[in-house]
Amino acid sequence: MATATFRIWRGDSKQAGFKDYTTEVSEGMVVLDVVHKIQAEQANDLAVRWNCKAGKCGSCSAEINGNPKLMCMTRLNSLPLDQPVTVEPMHTFPHIKDLVTDVSWNFRVKEKIQRFTPRKPDAPDGTWRVQQADVDRPQEFRKCIECFLCQDVCHILRDHHMHDKFIGPRFLVYSAAMEMNPIDAADRLKDLHDNGGIGYCNITKCCTKVCPEEIKITDNAIIPLKERVVDEYYDPLRRLFKIFK
Amino acid sequence: MADYPIHEYDVLVVGAGGAGLRAAIESSANGAKTGVVTKSLLGKAHTVMAEGGMAASMGNVDDRDNWKVHFADTMRGGQYLNNCHMAEIHAKEAPARVRELEAWGAVFDRTKDGRILQRNFGGHRYPRLAHVGDRTGLEMIRTLQDHGIHQGITFHMETTVLTLLLDGGRCVGAFGYDRERGRFMVFHAKAVVLATGGIGRAFQVTSNSWEYTADGHSLAYLAGAALLDMEFVQFHPTGMVWPPSVKGILVTEGVRGEGGVLRNKDGKRFMFDDIPPLYKSQTADNPDEGWRYTQGDKSARRPPELLTRDHVARCINREVKAGRGSPHGGVFLDIAWIKEKLPNSVEHIKKKLPSMYHQFKQLADIDITQVPMEVGPTTHYMMGGVKVDPQSQMSTVPGLFAAGECGAGLHGANRLGGNSLSDLLVFGKLAGEHAAKFAKANPAARIPMDQVEEAGRKALEPFERGASGENPFAIQHELQKTMQDLVGIVRKEDEMQQALIKIAELRARAARAGITGNREYNNGWHTAMDLNNLLTVSEIVTRAALERKESRGAQFRDDYPQKDEDWGKYNLRVTRDSHGAPNVEKTPTIPIPAELKVIIEEQSK
Repeated sequence: MATATFRIWRGDSKQAGFKDYTTEVSEGMVVLDVVHKIQAEQANDLAVRWNCKAGKCGSCSAEINGNPKLMCMTRLNSLPLDQPVTVEPMHTFPHIKDLVTDVSWNFRVKEKIQRFTPRKPDAPDGTWRVQQADVDRPQEFRKCIECFLCQDVCHILRDHHMHDKFIGPRFLVYSAAMEMNPIDAADRLKDLHDNGGIGYCNITKCCTKVCPEEIKITDNAIIPLKERVVDEYYDPLRRLFKIFK
Repeated sequence: MADYPIHEYDVLVVGAGGAGLRAAIESSANGAKTGVVTKSLLGKAHTVMAEGGMAASMGNVDDRDNWKVHFADTMRGGQYLNNCHMAEIHAKEAPARVRELEAWGAVFDRTKDGRILQRNFGGHRYPRLAHVGDRTGLEMIRTLQDHGIHQGITFHMETTVLTLLLDGGRCVGAFGYDRERGRFMVFHAKAVVLATGGIGRAFQVTSNSWEYTADGHSLAYLAGAALLDMEFVQFHPTGMVWPPSVKGILVTEGVRGEGGVLRNKDGKRFMFDDIPPLYKSQTADNPDEGWRYTQGDKSARRPPELLTRDHVARCINREVKAGRGSPHGGVFLDIAWIKEKLPNSVEHIKKKLPSMYHQFKQLADIDITQVPMEVGPTTHYMMGGVKVDPQSQMSTVPGLFAAGECGAGLHGANRLGGNSLSDLLVFGKLAGEHAAKFAKANPAARIPMDQVEEAGRKALEPFERGASGENPFAIQHELQKTMQDLVGIVRKEDEMQQALIKIAELRARAARAGITGNREYNNGWHTAMDLNNLLTVSEIVTRAALERKESRGAQFRDDYPQKDEDWGKYNLRVTRDSHGAPNVEKTPTIPIPAELKVIIEEQSK
């Protein structure tokens, strides 16, 4: 059986650093398997957040050899094992312990976004009639598993720390899912413009690259939302029209 | 006295999966101050992994469907050990619960005329499962989460309940700790709803997430509540079998609903060989009829791959044991073959089963649009749980309610696919509503500080033993192996007796568990705490399985391979006796009223 060395970030917000663990690995293993093996055999108190181990819950986000990924979906055969594999917590959120970060900011941001608000039902029994083609796009966005890797990699949050001015790709996708839902009747454009900081995104597409659900975050969610905001607030003809209305 | 923070609620909900969130929403809507405790972050609970859909007889795809057919299907699937009143309520209320989700933002797949699309599933007579591709659970939990955060509910994320607090036999709250800092806290409540899910982590091969450590089952039992049907653990027929590290991960029944077929290594569709009499008249007798059924031909009967889960799992087990399995100890599940029937099969499969495509591609390097998958049984669902009143969902302990997987009654000896998500919604709502009513009618009781002190003291013991104590992960692994090997899909007396001896040994070792490090986000400590629940419930499952000397539904006894008519008149009820040991007793099944009997008879024609 082959062995591999994992260089894992240990410690808390006061004191932390890499620690090397060498362990046996076998065919088909993913990074989370190795972290669990190390936890069970060498470091019982190693902190790692995980739930489903099937790429469906988005709990085990980390930076593996510097790349933001889900630990449960990263197979060892996709990594060079002749050198140590580094596993670090996400950088964009406050560190709690070892591989676990405080992602509570995301939950606070979501609460502030105008909730789903249905229009009047189409049928007397309180249901709606909607074609599949019209829900394909919101369904793409609703694949999101809230792993927050897009937030982690977004330079507006990661490097510029503008958490109080910019809601990040996750919540632009969340807003887009409702804005493009044919049953929703609310208008979130003003809020996206005034409070969501949609203008800060300069479409570098880093978020799209790391999305484990392969949601086309930038092309399908952010750019169309930007266009709607621009139409509403920066279209000179529309502004003129508004003045005389 | 220790100075722990005290959170005051009318209703405390333990668990934030489908049932917990639905209960909390209803409780809050009924004016109760509601708190939710969840072991994970919000939106991560095991519900997220549900794939196929939620069963509700809306009749959008086949208008012959109605609550009566759904009721009869559920009872037949449960081998008539179900609580018929729960099966009736469930069948009647599921459609309204699904429509409500749409009004809260769920985006279901659509029919051609723009309504919610429904798909075929095992044991359901008509296409009945409202779904979103193969990620229905995610859609459901996200919808409830995004609705719930605006309902004035307080969420305690990453918080674990260690014990329920009792005052004169009434449940008055809970005591627990937050994972992040390891701080203890008291939840003082007028009513408590358990919605903690299942017990899958007691087994080695499981589709369940880490949270499924039997918490609710164990908390309720230790608080004096009766448990029911604890011998019935569902093994889902199709989990991944290769590579080893992903063994057990679920492969949705939706694959078979979309036309996927099971074959052995000789390429034979072995499911045609063994169709139970109860289902003979409803099952296709040739492959072409089966295919037509999956494509919506109303005159066709369903293929044998869509028989109930208990039966399909046993057939797969038989093929493997007879040496007709696939290279890695499973059988083949083939959806790629539909390219013979559909010109755009690759796109079709990716559209209908996106997560499955993704899962196999990423974890096993297999393209399911081109080659068959290898699958085998995996521990999936607990039919047994807290005995509840069918309407109010209150347990035998006043003030303590249970809903979802940790409750019992709806599914009897075997659950139909798709009946779990609808169960969560229907009975989550009822539990929330009645817990709020109970809270209004009953003033707050005092907090039993002696119980709090005792639980806090015990929880810290592993730290005192430190590195010299037993490794909690090692004990958990041994328990999982024991349950897998000795109380698994095929059971017999002597093996289960061995399991009881082993469980007792492990319990002694767990009492010596030691933890290194501090209380902050210490997974070793969390595992040591969860172990108590797993051990308690593993023993109960084993004792109940020993007691039921027949094979029925999910319970297969090698030493009693036949169904026994007399046993069909009894459920098993487990309570804690005065010495603290589980007492298993036969209790007559709920009598089926004449008007429901008629429905069952009509539907079995």
